[in-house]
Amino acid sequence: MQNRTLEIGVGLFLLAGILALILLALRVSGLSASPSSDTYKLYANFDNIAGLTVRAKVTMAGVTIGKVTAIDLDRDTFTGRVTLQLEKRVDNLPVDSTASILTAGLLGEKYIGISVGGEDAVLKDGATIHDTQSALVLEDLIGKFLLNTVGKEAK
Amino acid sequence: MRKKSMLERIRRFGRSAIDVLAVLGRSFLFLLHSLVGRSGTGGGFQLLVRQLYSVGVLSLAIIVVSGVFIGMVLALQGFSILTKYGSEQAVGQMVALTLLRELGPVVTALLFAGRAGSALTAEIGNMKSTEQLSSLEMIGVDPLKYIVAPRLWAGFISLPLLALIFSVVGIWGGSWVAVDWLGVYEGSFWANMQNSVSFTDDVLNGVIKSLVFAFVVTWIAVFQGYDCEPTSEGISRATTKTVVYASLAVLGLDFILTALMFGDF
Repeated sequence: MQNRTLEIGVGLFLLAGILALILLALRVSGLSASPSSDTYKLYANFDNIAGLTVRAKVTMAGVTIGKVTAIDLDRDTFTGRVTLQLEKRVDNLPVDSTASILTAGLLGEKYIGISVGGEDAVLKDGATIHDTQSALVLEDLIGKFLLNTVGKEAK
Repeated sequence: MRKKSMLERIRRFGRSAIDVLAVLGRSFLFLLHSLVGRSGTGGGFQLLVRQLYSVGVLSLAIIVVSGVFIGMVLALQGFSILTKYGSEQAVGQMVALTLLRELGPVVTALLFAGRAGSALTAEIGNMKSTEQLSSLEMIGVDPLKYIVAPRLWAGFISLPLLALIFSVVGIWGGSWVAVDWLGVYEGSFWANMQNSVSFTDDVLNGVIKSLVFAFVVTWIAVFQGYDCEPTSEGISRATTKTVVYASLAVLGLDFILTALMFGDF
């Protein structure tokens, strides 16, 4: 009888440990059951990706529809080549859609926002988004602003 | 005269080095003999269950209580700092990453060394001093297989599970303080956490860390008990050594593992 309670205790302990792992996987790290099967890839070339990181989210109208899976330099055009992984249910993006790098809040993380174009043809798996808008770089903005004020004073 | 004392000093230095190497060698052989090969006696599974109970289940209370409090403290501290920068939603991701990467495996291993490791050392040391181990050998039962191996396996299995439970209750404690008490919006608390925590990089690396710690802590505890001087003073020294060595090993290994996993080099 004493052996029985002991075994029940051990069984509950092991179950609690496994349950903890499942909780961490699903609730904390947001792991979905089939991450790669119902997604497709798109590419986008940006002049300046400034601070965009892998696993940043891709949104459309504020709704998250995918994430950034890779960032590398395109050797021929000297632009940043970003690989986007989008959900299959959003497979009707027009070919002239625009991808732009946006910032959440004033100093928040960078993410990609996609705004819809008007064409009938849609982007297929592996296609490239040509219409892109690079990240705002604060230093460039300040530089332009200074140049502008100097120009005005000279007049 | 001077030369002789110099030689004597060198001799002592060499002697202590040989002693350290001898202990290391003995402990490797000890580990090898306990884990490799089949046990001669049956009922290995029953022995393992009994040890899992005394090593794992009985450590559950201290792990859960300290996990809740550490999660709550992390949330409180993180909130008071992050709120200065207006980004108190990030408190969820801070609590989760701190617990999963560092505090979960490390604090659990330290508590485990104090709660279960010292008990293992004292138990085996007492068996040695009352000559139970030699009597087992006399009746043809290998004490390494019968006494030591189940305790080693119980430690390997239970410490990673305890670390996982620690992280879960810690995150729960953190969410309780941040969401219910300090008024962080629940949606952004969990969403920020899910965006920043990755299963392979954070959760699994934490599990790997705690597996390494489990191996080291249990090994030190069981070996110190088996290798102690069979007197009451020897047992008390061995228990102290277990806690000190295990804690130092955990903290040192944690730096190395963190450098390998998150150091990017």
